[in-house]
Amino acid sequence: MTRKFPLMEALLLLMWLLVNESLAPHQWLLGLLFAVLVSRLARTLRPLAARPRRLGTALLLCWHVLCDVIRSNLAVGQIILGTVRQQPKVGFLKIPLALRDPHGLAALSIIITATPGTVFAHHDPRENVLTLHVLDLQDEATWLRVITQRYERPLMEIFE
Amino acid sequence: MSAAAMPDWIALPAALLLIAGGLLALIGSLGLLRLDSFYARIHAPTMGNTLGAGCVLIASMLTSSAAAGRPVIHELLITLFLLITSPVTTMLLMRAALFRGEGSGGGGGGGNARAGKSPVADDSLV
Repeated sequence: MTRKFPLMEALLLLMWLLVNESLAPHQWLLGLLFAVLVSRLARTLRPLAARPRRLGTALLLCWHVLCDVIRSNLAVGQIILGTVRQQPKVGFLKIPLALRDPHGLAALSIIITATPGTVFAHHDPRENVLTLHVLDLQDEATWLRVITQRYERPLMEIFE
Repeated sequence: MSAAAMPDWIALPAALLLIAGGLLALIGSLGLLRLDSFYARIHAPTMGNTLGAGCVLIASMLTSSAAAGRPVIHELLITLFLLITSPVTTMLLMRAALFRGEGSGGGGGGGNARAGKSPVADDSLV
């Protein structure tokens, strides 16, 4: 296993400095100690390391997710306020995936579940099919396209 | 520094963000009351967790930065932790419901409850 950049250590150090709100030398030292110890411990718990690449793609994906979260917040809000007239049409949707990397799948599940209106309900590892639960299932083709084109493709570029 | 010393251009957006965040959380919670099946209700609280919390945290960053006279951004960590923990609970609830073959799920359990006929083979859920 070739390790180029200690990503986990760097992120933990960043977290330490943020929590302590300080860039003083002793905080760097303590943070470094914390980062090295914790990431060593984490590696014994989960030896499989993620190797994310393409920062640009990742940032673009974050931006898309942020826009989608805002948009679906408004959409779900409208649905809830509109329930006096009618209940939304909930339903499950099966989506075949090409993404196989476990970290990519974890990221996909977080993106989908964190977006109001959709929940990552199940993933069948054998056939690699995702079961998605949608609050307002009007247009299945749109959901399919959003998940595969907008989320899955960049995740494959980043993690595979 | 007291709140009275806060400049308007900080106080105004912060207040608007707080109101927006509060409204989003309120509407999300209202969803728990209004939606009629478990599977519909599971989507409602996500609003408060995402955009609602986001608005409140940005307001907090604005006001504490202005009060402290330096950038205060450790609220970003709260966003991060919310983002990696709250979906886990939601997925756990969803899978527990699927596993139990949730149909009546409290409340009305009207037509929508039929969606509870598990789309997933039960043996694969264990």
